[in-house]
Amino acid sequence: MNRGIYTVKENRALTDSVFLMKLEGDTSSITAPGQFINISLDGFYLRRPISICDYDDKEITIIYKTVGEGTLAMSRLAAGAELDVLCGLGNGFNVAKCGEKPVLIGGGVGIPPLYNLCKKLISLGKNVTVILGFNTNSEIFYKDEFSALGADVIVTTVDGSCGVKGFVTDALINIDYDYFYTCGPMPMFRAIEKTASAGGQYSFEERMGCGFGACMGCSCKTKYGNKRICKDGPVLDREEIVW
Amino acid sequence: MVNTKVELCGIELDNPVIPASGTFGFGYEFAELYDINCLGTFSFKGTTKEPRFGNPTPRIAECESGMINAVGLQNPGVEAVINEELPKLKKCFSKPVMANVSGFSVEEYAYTCELLDAQEQVGWLEVNVSCPNVHGGGMSFGTSPEAAAQVTKAVKAVTKKPVIIKLSPNVTDIVSIAKACEQAGADGVSLINTLLGMRIDLKTRKPVIANKMGGFSGAAIKPVALRMVYQVSEAVDIPIVGMGGISNVRDVVEMIMAGATAVEIGAANLVNPYACKEIIEQLPEVMEQYGIKNLNEIKGCAHNG
Repeated sequence: MNRGIYTVKENRALTDSVFLMKLEGDTSSITAPGQFINISLDGFYLRRPISICDYDDKEITIIYKTVGEGTLAMSRLAAGAELDVLCGLGNGFNVAKCGEKPVLIGGGVGIPPLYNLCKKLISLGKNVTVILGFNTNSEIFYKDEFSALGADVIVTTVDGSCGVKGFVTDALINIDYDYFYTCGPMPMFRAIEKTASAGGQYSFEERMGCGFGACMGCSCKTKYGNKRICKDGPVLDREEIVW
Repeated sequence: MVNTKVELCGIELDNPVIPASGTFGFGYEFAELYDINCLGTFSFKGTTKEPRFGNPTPRIAECESGMINAVGLQNPGVEAVINEELPKLKKCFSKPVMANVSGFSVEEYAYTCELLDAQEQVGWLEVNVSCPNVHGGGMSFGTSPEAAAQVTKAVKAVTKKPVIIKLSPNVTDIVSIAKACEQAGADGVSLINTLLGMRIDLKTRKPVIANKMGGFSGAAIKPVALRMVYQVSEAVDIPIVGMGGISNVRDVVEMIMAGATAVEIGAANLVNPYACKEIIEQLPEVMEQYGIKNLNEIKGCAHNG
């Protein structure tokens, strides 16, 4: 983990409520896809934890949804704004376990941390399938970006306005895979847990105090004892999760 | 050259800055970021006789200039603290540490304190009779002078180390409770623990915190904390560790002027993990700015005249 001042290079809407922000600054503490950053915003006491969508040696891309006053204020930041950020938080996805035909399953704003993971898996020569779940056509983002990485992309929409009609699990039952990685809402996780036929990793969300393991605000029970979503997670192995 | 040293219950501190229990774990998360030996000391995660998972999540809610937590004393239990946490801490912290203890009966407080008394690394016992997040214990001992005195006596009987009783602000008269602790033999008092608070989510129409209520802390509570430290310092002769909303060096100085010997810093660590380090580094400069050569000369100065 490191703390630094990061400069907003770009901040634009992808859909009505989902935004992409590029931040320039030190990325050296990022060790795995699926980690997150914790952003301090003027006028808000606690930081906003946001997953890292992609990064290189000087820039981080995040994709976030405006769910409250804090993320709404973030969406109004212009290029050039400077933000106090804690970077490289959490464990991230374990890429080594991926098998040969991993599937990445993202629901809504759970999709972003899968992007850099997808990039890493493809660079390892894996056959990657990506299932992106949305409610409706107008909410779709990053479909083309995943395709451009070389992944097979399947979109599902609840209302059937694009791709497979239904939930991500309606697509999952029809594909061949030997491992899965997922991030999204809890109802989606429960459906995947019932459906999935291979090992996998889930990336969880929880309200956090600090984001770096000090306050015990985001604890959960696992088969191997209590874990902090912010420090020991957000990614947990399928076999350790207590549902 | 200014002197930042203070003495807390017979033990000298290089400076009065003490990260508060529950915001600093057992030190290692912070030791990865900076050398925590720069601290006066720190108060480790509230420890109970048995291991505790604590309350269901969400445990955290944001407020204007503060936060609510309802962690509920999650800790591995005193045996694991002694056998696992303290040996790990020894590798990154060479000063006496403040052991924070909570319990659900007078016997439990005494049991846990007796085990921690035997630990060489422990300098002080900070006895929390004020946790607002656990039922049937914690705060209930801190809301009556008699119960607080009973815990104090029981703990004093099993330890030779200084005993500091951590007081709740969720009472009608904190002064009477501080006095009762002093009369029962407490070597010091620390205040304030968090204020009982609440937030409601407009979308779900329900409390944000799963436990409904929690402890409100952060910059917003500083005036309340300062007032209580001021009142208690008029009534007792034992040292006071002042805390509640301290976020910068000026807050530290202000708390000492109200009557505190040392200060604890809590929520600020969660927002800025370097908060205590930065405050310690800036302390000499701010002391010089206000013409303070020695912190002892300003302790309680707000009471004069």
